[in-house]
Amino acid sequence: MFLLNGLRTFGEYLILMKRVFGRPDRMRMSLKRYANEIAELGISSIGIVLLISLFIGAVITVQIKLNISNPLLPRWTVGYVTREIMLLEFSSSIMCLILAGKVGSNIASELGTMRVTQQIDALEIMGINSANFLILPKIAAMVTIIPILVTFSIFAGIIGAYCSCWFLHIMTAIDLEYGLQYEFAEWYVWSSFIKSLFFAFIIASVSAYYGYTVKGGSIDVGKASTDSVVSSSVLILFSDLVLTQLLMG
Amino acid sequence: MIEIKHLHKIFDDKAVLSDINTTFESGKTNLIIGQSGSGKTVLMKCIVGLLTPEKGEVLYDNRNLLDMNKHQIKDLRREIGMIFQSSALFDSLDVLQNVMLPLNMFSSKTYIEREKRAKFCLNRVKLSEAKDKFPGEISGGMQKRVAIARAIALNPKYLFCDEPNSGLDPKTSLVIDELIHGITEEYNTTTIINTHDMNSVIDIGDSIIFICKSHIEWSGNKDEVLHSKNKELNNFIFSSDILRKVKDLEFNKE
Repeated sequence: MFLLNGLRTFGEYLILMKRVFGRPDRMRMSLKRYANEIAELGISSIGIVLLISLFIGAVITVQIKLNISNPLLPRWTVGYVTREIMLLEFSSSIMCLILAGKVGSNIASELGTMRVTQQIDALEIMGINSANFLILPKIAAMVTIIPILVTFSIFAGIIGAYCSCWFLHIMTAIDLEYGLQYEFAEWYVWSSFIKSLFFAFIIASVSAYYGYTVKGGSIDVGKASTDSVVSSSVLILFSDLVLTQLLMG
Repeated sequence: MIEIKHLHKIFDDKAVLSDINTTFESGKTNLIIGQSGSGKTVLMKCIVGLLTPEKGEVLYDNRNLLDMNKHQIKDLRREIGMIFQSSALFDSLDVLQNVMLPLNMFSSKTYIEREKRAKFCLNRVKLSEAKDKFPGEISGGMQKRVAIARAIALNPKYLFCDEPNSGLDPKTSLVIDELIHGITEEYNTTTIINTHDMNSVIDIGDSIIFICKSHIEWSGNKDEVLHSKNKELNNFIFSSDILRKVKDLEFNKE
């Protein structure tokens, strides 16, 4: 039964995506909506991304300094490990998990409310492909803005690491900087961007699916919002495992 | 003109509509009346294509909706205007932008011409002063008028109204009824209204069908509806004390 439901959901998701990736009825309107979505979903998330990354960068540095202090390990190890954690996992995967909560629930509840208040029916009656008109700009905006948010997150994390040196005096900034630069692999940045593109698609499309297919009233909109966050998070974690193996293995 | 022939709709083995046959003429306000849950909205959704019936034909000026491909349905929908029970205005757009949306999507006119047309439609429903407000900032009656303005923006041949008076006071309901009736006569549209508002039935019911127990129980017009001998129709119409008393008074006069 569970498998059958899962297959049905996946089938419905694919059918919806086929409608989403059709040709827009009016390109000018879609581009306008795309610009609005970038502002609404992406630009409005910059603050929270910077805040979380700054503090996590600082906390990682403090934790590593406290937990792996050993005379046999060089002092720059802290900077090196902080950089690897931020680049490889935090700024792409964990940040996208956080965004699945913020942006995903926003998308699902917006579309769900539009469904229960018949706004989506109104678009269909006008002859507009509502899935394409509403969802495509959201997916395009997320895929565009996520690499930028990842970049902000990496820099904010590193600034956080420096802050822990400057304000908490746990180590010197020179040691940290040496570690941050030690055997830097550019590919790690690219792999972070590539992973984030997949996660952006998952967040926008899965949340849109749950919101667009709501049946019922406000309780169902709330449930769709929760389901979208849970499903996006699980899919992000699963695809993180697969992508990490493919990109780094 | 819209013709419905032998239309059947089933939900979970239960017939919601069975063998519906009727004609909705152009230039007239055609009312579908019936109790809540009688299948009025399902019938309207089948007619506009939001639901697919199990059997039957829906003919828009002899074009069968159920035989149309995706592109033909899309073209047909540009000839349709619809007013929803909840108004269904877009919260993120102001009143003018809501009315301009169908024009922006499908009209080849310039921006100035589209804006002029939207302002004309708003003026027609006497809402020019509210053009910069958002749906959340205006009353339910005004929202319904915006929905009417949006529905007529593309000069539709067919106008559908799903319970346009629900949630409105009697005076505002009259304004909405008069607007819809006026637009129907002015543009010669085929207008179909789902309602259980008796004021609408008596005021603007050029043609009325009464749906009961999944079939058409009675059909006629506003002059016939109050004098019908149909038991089910009388039970529905005269279910309120006021209307029963009005009926008794009329019979006493006679």
